[in-house]
Amino acid sequence: MKILLGMGGRDDGFEALEATLERAREAGDNLTVAVLETSSEDDVDAVAAAVRERIAENGVDATVRTVRGHPGSELASIAEDEGFDRIVLGGGQRSPLGKINLGEVAEFVLLNADVTVTLVR
Amino acid sequence: MTDRVYPDEPVGAFPRPPLSFTDGEGRAVEVRESGREDYEALVGMYEAFDPADRAQGIPPVAESAIREWLDNLLAMESLNVVATNEGEPVGHAILVPDDQGEYELAVFVLHEYQNAGIGTELLETLLGYGQERGVEKVWLSVERWNEPAIALYRKLGFETSDAESFELEMTIRLG
Repeated sequence: MKILLGMGGRDDGFEALEATLERAREAGDNLTVAVLETSSEDDVDAVAAAVRERIAENGVDATVRTVRGHPGSELASIAEDEGFDRIVLGGGQRSPLGKINLGEVAEFVLLNADVTVTLVR
Repeated sequence: MTDRVYPDEPVGAFPRPPLSFTDGEGRAVEVRESGREDYEALVGMYEAFDPADRAQGIPPVAESAIREWLDNLLAMESLNVVATNEGEPVGHAILVPDDQGEYELAVFVLHEYQNAGIGTELLETLLGYGQERGVEKVWLSVERWNEPAIALYRKLGFETSDAESFELEMTIRLG
């Protein structure tokens, strides 16, 4: 399956990366990781470097690219234009009380993407 | 993370725990301070919690997850009150500090004790307890469709601070 993982520098993104790499190893997915310019203060290039390192450690073959601009719409466009089967996203941040808060990227992609979307918990 | 907007003016004084009242169904209910000593009783309450009344992923369903979650809520820096009927907890309200020194609020009432005024008393008493302990800024998030809850929070003095995401965020200034 051709999978597009969208992530910023937050923990839920990296958790989604681990789960997606695990699945890719078992299922032989064709995986692309899009590192997005999200509202968090993390530098896109630094996050991409961390992602490449994690992928190399994992020994899975995956492509990493950085995506500038509105993260949700860029992700949905890439998925549609390049024939991805599925978009994978982190399952949201937890508040101090443990409430799940879906981010703006997840909300936009769920409502606007034409492909299946998976949130990783 | 962007800074939350709070009302300029603090709200008036809320009642402080303990507080006794008769609920809308004629049951004797007490609201009192809570903490680690109520851990096992609260595990029992959340095991009995109706999964349909969950919101935004809490309370957790599995007992192990409930225990882990309560470990966090009953930590020293948090403020907890419980509502009890015949000695057993039927409701629980919490203020948990975030990394900005502000407090996130949540309230839970067992299904068979809802719509009897217990949530209102729990919230007022928790906010009074917060005032007693010098808490100034309190925020919460609530699902947009949950109009009864939003109306209650508004009545207590909460104002909408962020309406742009899935959940509505509301804030109150206690002091």
